[in-house]
Amino acid sequence: MRKLLFEGLFQAPLTEPAPGAEAAAVLELAQRLERSARRRLGRSLAIRHVDVGSCNGCELEMHALGNAFYDLERFGLRFVASPRHADVLMVTGPLCKNMSEALERTWLATPEPKWVVAVGDCAADGGIFAPSYACLGGISTLVPVDLHVPGCPPDPLRLLSGLLGLIEENIK
Amino acid sequence: MSIDCIPQSLRLPCRPRWWRAQVDEPRWRETAAGLVEDRWRLVSLWGEAGLVHMAVADQDYAEIGVVSLACPQGRFPSVGRLHPPAIRLERAVQDLFGLEAVGLTDGRPWLDHGRWGVSGPLGIGNSSPDSAPAPYSFLPVVGEGVHQIPVGPIHAGIIEPGHFRFSVNGETVVRLEERLGYVHKGIEGLMAGAGPAAAARLAGRTSGDSTVAYSLAFAQAVEAALDIEVPGRAVWLRALMAELERLANHCGDIGAICNDAAFAILQARFAMLREAVLRAARACFGHRLMMDGVVPGGISADLPEHGLDILRALVKEIRREFPRLVELYENTASLKARTVGTGILSPALARQFGAGGFVGRASGCEVDIRRRPGYPPYDRLGFELPVLHSGDVNARVWVRIREVEASLALIEQILASLPEGAVRIGLPAGEGREIREGAALVESFRGDLFVWLRLGGDGKVERCHLRDPSWFQWPLLEAAIEGNIVADFPLCNKSFNCSYSGHDG
Repeated sequence: MRKLLFEGLFQAPLTEPAPGAEAAAVLELAQRLERSARRRLGRSLAIRHVDVGSCNGCELEMHALGNAFYDLERFGLRFVASPRHADVLMVTGPLCKNMSEALERTWLATPEPKWVVAVGDCAADGGIFAPSYACLGGISTLVPVDLHVPGCPPDPLRLLSGLLGLIEENIK
Repeated sequence: MSIDCIPQSLRLPCRPRWWRAQVDEPRWRETAAGLVEDRWRLVSLWGEAGLVHMAVADQDYAEIGVVSLACPQGRFPSVGRLHPPAIRLERAVQDLFGLEAVGLTDGRPWLDHGRWGVSGPLGIGNSSPDSAPAPYSFLPVVGEGVHQIPVGPIHAGIIEPGHFRFSVNGETVVRLEERLGYVHKGIEGLMAGAGPAAAARLAGRTSGDSTVAYSLAFAQAVEAALDIEVPGRAVWLRALMAELERLANHCGDIGAICNDAAFAILQARFAMLREAVLRAARACFGHRLMMDGVVPGGISADLPEHGLDILRALVKEIRREFPRLVELYENTASLKARTVGTGILSPALARQFGAGGFVGRASGCEVDIRRRPGYPPYDRLGFELPVLHSGDVNARVWVRIREVEASLALIEQILASLPEGAVRIGLPAGEGREIREGAALVESFRGDLFVWLRLGGDGKVERCHLRDPSWFQWPLLEAAIEGNIVADFPLCNKSFNCSYSGHDG
């Protein structure tokens, strides 16, 4: 293990010096996020994830936000275990009827000020599941939504862009 | 041993080489008895309006058949009464089709939480007034000092929803009871009447982490029903995508298991490997999870010009990094102290439930659909099939480690002998055909994934049933956690990593 740790110390960071437009976008995002988020929320933004019917594709990409390439926490963004600790609810899925009460109670348990991000095409309007007897459609049918991040699923960079957009919108 | 209680005269073709037979009640019971006597394994049990189906296979998948029983009175003899793996499937049949499994010992609803505004939505269908959902009664646990810990449906993390009811005595779990169905989307209902392309998109979103496997199983079932053969190159590229999916999931999950034992460095390192796979997948197939890459008739697009180079570089990178991480896993005593001897699933129970994938293979079940019954191109590829017997978290980790190595070897072989040619053929025009049925079994990263469907004369899906491997793994998690401490539950749960969405449908 020591060897791996030492390597980690001396290796150049993996965190996106990769060539191409994608890496440039991450860097730009980092700088913009730092300015706007700090003004509003100090150094950090706490996120609570709620899956109300996702196929788990969105969850996989939200997980990827934490890996060394995207390193969500360098922006002061982090996932928390309770809605009572959260500023932002990131909600995935086509709002299954069986999850509607859980979403409502989670939203009520989140202290003000709070924002809701609808992640993925399903959360926006129910996506391909919208016509089902088991789904209510987009999550905005139940809770006010501040931002939609489109995609099926949205990739990590798009998720980061979305969070930044949310913060900037609320600063105006 | 062949499924001999069903005479040849009753058997109708269900392609590729399966059959389906309309049976009477005595034959239905006889088939169920074969499951209890361990002659056959349960592949799935599902319904439609006024009809219930059960797919069974002999123990080495040499023969697979579906028996169907008409239920004019809305009732059928319960299989779960005798063979516990069928219990939850029958509870789901009761919820979705309004049929009654007579004799079923656990009659509580499963997927239906009383919120749909309709009962038996896929059956004859009765709307029910929106009243307050009835409270769900969990199984009682009595004893001095026993108390309950309710967890979920929302969990503390980026995880799918489901409810776990722990009955504990001190730190020790006396009983875990799962309650699922929170993410039931009605996928089988949406599929009815959809064209093959739209239905394929639904299949690919049944469980996002297995999107390739689901798309593949659905496509194979459609192609079997229509009796068409996809081009060789598509067959090989499908296998390539399936192995990439397996690789990505195993890398991510092995790391996550280590993280649940508070060993974060391995999670960070394994997550890097997973990300490398996803980036290669996007470069080669246009989508990080390869969603909608497999379509009925072939695959949606061929590899780009440098695709082979990208994949060879990926394999090289993982081959370099992976063994060092495995060595660290194996040599970290504090980590092994958590995984060895924890969450033991007995081989007998794994066999009874026909547990597939790494859950089964860590408990002595030698089931791998790629090998038996097998499907191309795996018949032309060599790979090791790891089987362990200790059934603990460590065994499940080690099976997955060996599967990563097997997948790397498979990818290398596929890259070396990928045939040239087209990657897709059109489906025959839809009008005026006979009604046809098809079925498929595919090895997803979790294990055996079953799809059965019937296409109408207009080429649209009349009925499609998808059975996630998790149906037979979730109940085993309840058994594996018994006697362990509550703090080891995340570890046990992650080592199973059952799909909520795939199960709930």
